[in-house]
Amino acid sequence: MRMELIQPFINAADAVFSESLQAPTKIADLSMDEETYRRKGIAAHIHIKGEIEGRVILDLAPEVALRVAAQLAGSAVTESEQVARETVCELANMVIGNSVTLLNDQGFRFKVFPPEIHMNDQGLAGSADTEAMVICMETPCGQIYLNISMHYLHRRRKERDTAPALD
Amino acid sequence: MPTFAALLRKDNQPVRYLVVDDSVFARKNLIKMIEMFGGEVAGEAGDGLTAIAEFNRTKPDVVLMDITMPQMEGIEAVERIVRQHAEARIVMVSSVGYQENILAALQKGAKHFVQKPVKPEVLYEILRYVLSDDPNAAGAPVALAGEHLS
Repeated sequence: MRMELIQPFINAADAVFSESLQAPTKIADLSMDEETYRRKGIAAHIHIKGEIEGRVILDLAPEVALRVAAQLAGSAVTESEQVARETVCELANMVIGNSVTLLNDQGFRFKVFPPEIHMNDQGLAGSADTEAMVICMETPCGQIYLNISMHYLHRRRKERDTAPALD
Repeated sequence: MPTFAALLRKDNQPVRYLVVDDSVFARKNLIKMIEMFGGEVAGEAGDGLTAIAEFNRTKPDVVLMDITMPQMEGIEAVERIVRQHAEARIVMVSSVGYQENILAALQKGAKHFVQKPVKPEVLYEILRYVLSDDPNAAGAPVALAGEHLS
């Protein structure tokens, strides 16, 4: 688990949630997970491929998604599955966009795929080496979960490991 | 909630905006801010192709343009709009704000960039700046009325 690859996502999520919801957020819980991911509610699954690879899952209970939707829209919203899905997508896009900016400006090149929304009862299977950090963020609208698994591309990691140390 | 003095054209009419974003929420959020700034929504679009058509139809004073959209992305839409309307004032609004993206948008003719989530006070200042050089194609230069009061 590479914290330098995960920290930008946590920082971006904190900034996006507190700005969008107009209130401070805090990390309520932090844990490691190697199992197949089990959704808490509506989950946006984003794949990242390139010099750094992995996936990020942003997960909200439907009632939390609707509260966030009302906050984003600035007024009450129609309670529908479509509204909840769009809300999770929009939040995921903002968090990923901001984190990508931080990582890209550090020199990493990679491609981010559009969010896939999962609402069925199946878990989100990870690969054999999926070791994820699960962050539960407390917001005024309720708890928002981030499940982040990021690593360097193996070829790049080998190149870095064999490079002579600079001092 | 901060309050803002209205951004008006020199003819004292509200500034007219075209809001382009594939997210309904993002559009609603921008429209809310436009109303806070005393502006008027001339049109909305959810992708670059529709944005071009809406620009030609509504001739807005300012376009607020997302980058990542289906069918045609924002940077390509900027290039096509500016090719036909060199006077177009387009502000990019995107969560992806890395240097290459910003540079590409500016090179294609965008006037400025603002990162999502958009802070009203930041967008207001950018609009003031973008509107301040307004020679307005219709011959009615945009004037900026008042100061940010928050």
